[in-house]
Amino acid sequence: MSRRVLLHAVASARAGDKGDTSSVAVIADGPAIFDDLRRQLTPARLKAAFPRQFRGAIRRYDLPGLHALNFVIENGLEGGVNASLNLDGHGKALSYLLLGLEVDLSDAATAEMQAATDDD
Amino acid sequence: MTAPARRIRIGCGAGFSGDRIDPARDLAERGELDFLFFECLAERTLAQAHATQAAGGLGFDPHLERRLEAVLPACRAGAVRIVTNMGSADPAGAAEAAAAVARRLGLHGLRIAVVEGDDVAALLTPDLALMDGDGPLGDVGLPLVGANAYLGAEPIAEALAAGADMVITGRCADPSLALGPLMHAFGWAADDWPRLGAGTLVGHLLECSCQITGGYFADPGRKDVPGLAFLGYPFADVTEDGAAVIGKLPGTGGLVSRRTVIEQMLYEVHDPAAYLTPDVTADFAGVSVTQTGPDAVAVSGAGGRARPEAYKVTLGFRGGFLAEAGISYAGPAAAARARLAGEVMRTRMEAVHGCRDPIRVDLIGLGALFAAAQEPAETAPEVRLRVALRTADRDVADALVREMEAMWIAGPAGGGGVRGRVTPSIVTRSALLPRDRVRPRVRMLTA
Repeated sequence: MSRRVLLHAVASARAGDKGDTSSVAVIADGPAIFDDLRRQLTPARLKAAFPRQFRGAIRRYDLPGLHALNFVIENGLEGGVNASLNLDGHGKALSYLLLGLEVDLSDAATAEMQAATDDD
Repeated sequence: MTAPARRIRIGCGAGFSGDRIDPARDLAERGELDFLFFECLAERTLAQAHATQAAGGLGFDPHLERRLEAVLPACRAGAVRIVTNMGSADPAGAAEAAAAVARRLGLHGLRIAVVEGDDVAALLTPDLALMDGDGPLGDVGLPLVGANAYLGAEPIAEALAAGADMVITGRCADPSLALGPLMHAFGWAADDWPRLGAGTLVGHLLECSCQITGGYFADPGRKDVPGLAFLGYPFADVTEDGAAVIGKLPGTGGLVSRRTVIEQMLYEVHDPAAYLTPDVTADFAGVSVTQTGPDAVAVSGAGGRARPEAYKVTLGFRGGFLAEAGISYAGPAAAARARLAGEVMRTRMEAVHGCRDPIRVDLIGLGALFAAAQEPAETAPEVRLRVALRTADRDVADALVREMEAMWIAGPAGGGGVRGRVTPSIVTRSALLPRDRVRPRVRMLTA
């Protein structure tokens, strides 16, 4: 049965920064989940979800062999460590902003989630 | 000329200047390493070192002596050669200090190579175009504290070929600290792009130390990490084709898994098929990652294309001051009282202290880190008010801290835990310099 879950339940993420550009890698727990994320986690979806945070261009690089999506978010850090007044000027926490998004899982992805252990 | 080595083990003992020293000592003592590298120079760390040196302080890494004292005896005993960018703004001074440490430890005869030539401040002209649409250098309008090019692996390999037991650099691309030893050990040519790409992946995976062994990773119940307080630091067993197995020492905390490796492989990478360093345009897009045993993950399949035509330069400027101060409220109406305190702070900073710089008011607990992304919560059991600003005016910066202290007695009821501080702010910009303008040099000292 398909269902809607937090991205956090089916993927992990790591955020890094270069200047005012944030990069967030999202790694799916399995191939079926990856297919769902690939369809749903578009740059347009991210911009629409967080328009005041993500004001610049967003590019996504897909690594199907690793079930990973790498998001590169320009002007995503309120100026970055050089200029941001955010407590987290590096945007280290942005991985968990993305993991708070909801995604719809196909039957295959749901089965994968239920079969998944903590770490592959 | 000796026959090329079959397998090289290279470890990483630091991923930033303030990194832990005990795991590095453990790697040096038990790791059976060929090389141990320390990456200690974040983008702004070097500019800060220039500023410190200009003020009469140390231009090299402040932890250099402590770190070397911890690892040098074991490295000397085990013929582990050290590579580090702890030279920071003063590689020559760092090498002298390292030689003094070696002599103190009775390790006379230790050969220390210094890589210089990254300091390019003398080459800059006001018309230099900055990257990222930042205009020409002359328009920045802030005092320059230093400018350094990211050097590559070649001078490190050259230093090792000359017999260095330790190589100390200033600004250098982080993965080059691992690629230099691999080029030297395997005799890789400086235009063997696929192997340089593979060696760059090894350096990239290791360069943040424990971020590949379970650091920056744990999420209890979801991604559990055993022994997080005693993370082992990583090493790679590299073969001549550039394939590697990432591992850590038995008995240490943390884990090396497909997931820790994949997360780190993409860390601070933009296009995985074009990771730019001074050595190569590395291609990680086709890398395969395979768990081959407990805490052992094999990586292979990285490629590479010709290196960029220019060196990247980071320029550091004095950017005024960052002032931050806070106070906490708890219990009934904590959020309302914290909000009121924030309004008073903003009003006082503008009306009394003439602050025209943007003032940031955070309500920590209601949503501060994601304030630009999400609506804040209405209330919480306790809330910390944080007020921050950047300013060129030291008096305004100091006033923010004093005004927060006044919140003890002049703010809303029940406020506690006032803290505040002012830090000099360094801002950085990037530019490109043609390769032929930058001249890396290697010099040898003997302890």
